[in-house]
Amino acid sequence: MTAEIGQFSLILALVIAILQGTLPLIGAARQNVPMMKFGESASFAQFLTVSLAFVALTVAYVESDFSILNVASNSHSLKPMLYKISGVWGNHEGSLLLWVWILALFGFAVAAFGRNLPYSLKARVLSIQGLIGVGFLLFVVFTSNPFERIDPAPFDGRGLNPLLQDPGLAFHPPFLYLGYVGLSVTFSFAIAALIEGKVDPAWARWVRPWTLAAWSFLTLGIALGSWWAYYELGWGGWWFWDPVENASFMPWLAATALLHSAIVVEKRDALKNWTILLAIIAFSLSLLGTFLVRSGVLNSVHAFASDPARGVFVLAFLIFVIGGSLTLYSFRAPTMKGGGLFAPISREGALVLNNLFLSSAAATILLGTLYPIFLDALSGTKVSVGEPYFNATFLPLALPLVFALALGPFLSWKRADLKGVLSRVKFSLAFVAFVLGISWWLTDDGPFLAFFGMGLFAWLVASTAIEWAGRIKLFRTSFKSSWNRMVNLPRSAHGMTIAHLGVAMIVLGITASEAWQSEKLEVMRPGESSIVGGYEFRFDGARELKGPNYDFLQGSFTIFKDGAEFVTLYPEQRVYASPPMETTEAAIWPMMSADLYVVIGEEDGKGGFATRIYHKPFISWIWAGAIAMFIGGGFSLSDRRFRIGAAKKKSSASHTPEAATGV
Amino acid sequence: MKIRFLAPLLTFSAIAVVMAYALFYLDPSEIPSELVNKPAPEFKLEPVPGHEPGLETANLKGGKITLLNVFASWCVACLAEHPTLMELKKSGNVEIYGLNYKDKPAAAAQWLARNGDPYSRTGMDLKGRVGIDFGVYGVPETFIMSAEGKILDKIIGPITEKDLNTRILPLINGPTS
Repeated sequence: MTAEIGQFSLILALVIAILQGTLPLIGAARQNVPMMKFGESASFAQFLTVSLAFVALTVAYVESDFSILNVASNSHSLKPMLYKISGVWGNHEGSLLLWVWILALFGFAVAAFGRNLPYSLKARVLSIQGLIGVGFLLFVVFTSNPFERIDPAPFDGRGLNPLLQDPGLAFHPPFLYLGYVGLSVTFSFAIAALIEGKVDPAWARWVRPWTLAAWSFLTLGIALGSWWAYYELGWGGWWFWDPVENASFMPWLAATALLHSAIVVEKRDALKNWTILLAIIAFSLSLLGTFLVRSGVLNSVHAFASDPARGVFVLAFLIFVIGGSLTLYSFRAPTMKGGGLFAPISREGALVLNNLFLSSAAATILLGTLYPIFLDALSGTKVSVGEPYFNATFLPLALPLVFALALGPFLSWKRADLKGVLSRVKFSLAFVAFVLGISWWLTDDGPFLAFFGMGLFAWLVASTAIEWAGRIKLFRTSFKSSWNRMVNLPRSAHGMTIAHLGVAMIVLGITASEAWQSEKLEVMRPGESSIVGGYEFRFDGARELKGPNYDFLQGSFTIFKDGAEFVTLYPEQRVYASPPMETTEAAIWPMMSADLYVVIGEEDGKGGFATRIYHKPFISWIWAGAIAMFIGGGFSLSDRRFRIGAAKKKSSASHTPEAATGV
Repeated sequence: MKIRFLAPLLTFSAIAVVMAYALFYLDPSEIPSELVNKPAPEFKLEPVPGHEPGLETANLKGGKITLLNVFASWCVACLAEHPTLMELKKSGNVEIYGLNYKDKPAAAAQWLARNGDPYSRTGMDLKGRVGIDFGVYGVPETFIMSAEGKILDKIIGPITEKDLNTRILPLINGPTS
């Protein structure tokens, strides 16, 4: 019965989405208020129906209802409850349903929290959200129905891929989708603005919280995925330039660019066309990412073969959404006139530079990701573009970006005094020299790029701190007055400082862990020791144990520091029965200064075990940095100007997306 | 309309055309195995106990087309294709060799005893080294080997009816049938 309720709700949601995608749009064109108002109730109804469908599928998973094909293919009665639930979105059909549900959630949030939006703008935004929903619901209902029945029902399910049975990956897709789908709101605002032919600072202020929320979630989602790769895949890597990762990184780069260019629209009424284009691109890349990953076209083109109807639909939908919006852009954008003028060296100039680097980076990654398809199409050769390409193209763009990032916040609007700025960052250079000295003293050696990275880290940290201290006049006035300034500083300024410090932390984590990692791969017998990164790892032995739905080999390593017992780690090697698969569970001891990372492998038949031991300096800072960026985004979101209807302006924005998306 | 406002649309159109081409004209089931048409890697493996003789590279160069089936007792999908392999053995058309992948000798022997042994030779790849040389990335996989021991084709996952009729049998029976 649950399956039928779910299926019926989905069809109902589709009908509502069709109405939501048309009536308010027509109403806005005719200035018909009831028709425009319909958008709000439709968003609410759509949220309810899709929620019902989502709950129905979740119930089916929790109850292990194997008469539903999707549950039988992806779940198993012995699976722990957490993975029964996360199994809902651990497959093609379910993940699309999650996508649609988050889309409906955002539509509902715009309807509920966008109270101060002009009727016509709000109606158009909701209508476009509805149209996106139509596309996805059609896709779900006609090609990827999660509620399809199977007769006879199998005795037990096939189980979820064991690599996905992991807490990190259980929460990775929801956050990633909150990011991807959050960008749909920005997109809808951009299309609505193109239809109305009007982009102004008020528009930028309405859009900003949604962009911030989407960007923050995307940051966290990507970080969770990379963290998962780090501890689950068992060879200590955390980023592989895999098409799936690229698919999430490209929208992130575009959203980061958008976040910065929208500031120029808001403060200076300039860069409007570009900002609109970025909003379209960011969501297009999200769509491309979702679909390419879901249909597997980039990895292997396999899923298209399994169901050609899906491939055709995906392509048609992409052409309709992306092609349609870019066509609208090419007609409407030329009519929008930019506002404020600015000198090359100015805050605006710095933000343009930021956008240039970020969008070039997104473009290079897109090129690298699509190149294998292009080459296959043109010459029939199969290649895979890997790490060397991405490192060679991404780093030259990322390094100058980080360098300039330190200076940007110092520049004033319109025209900046570069000499004055440079004199303020003198201290940063001293800090760079200090950090380089310490790095050299501690390591004696390392590649040139490593010291360059450490220098960049020091440069960014010091400059960001100086800029923040300057705002609150630290040490230049009484402490109490500095404190008051700090409290009164807009939250968005604190948010920027925190997020930029997050970037610095990531630079430190990447540089130190790449350059100064120590590792040992060897066969160890119980009782043998190995010294890695100044720690002694004693292998105590291994034993075979039984988990809830797997058998595993558990190794035990006692770690000594300076001869004293420090910690004991238990890496595992698991063999799952359904589906049959081996996974490696690395044992990791994270510290501020380094991670200790131990992996146990097969027995060699002579009493020894293949082991891998790593000492990875500062690697946790990569994820700590991402969390700092997320917190920075949250700080900016809580800024007064988004919460309080600014009385001075005729328009105000009172969205609180945190409340909306925290559901 | 200025060209710079059209540029994004034109770029996207180019991408869409190539994706459409890839969707309709490229064969997605083609396996980009680096090893296709390459000679089999050198190896020599001990047999699964009770299922002698063992397996080595020379056996694949016997002058006849052979199948090399990668299996394991822990692999449930292997069970799914097992009847197909037994049928194939009964037909006597082709010799099937079993590469026992990352298994325990006793478990493999028990599995073959329970489910039947379609293989005329077996080899135990305890560490999966030979599997790596063959480019195996999942079990089951089936390699169709030429008379000279070259890899002609590789089937990933259980052999389906369609695989059997369109990929295996035509190669075994020659192009005429």
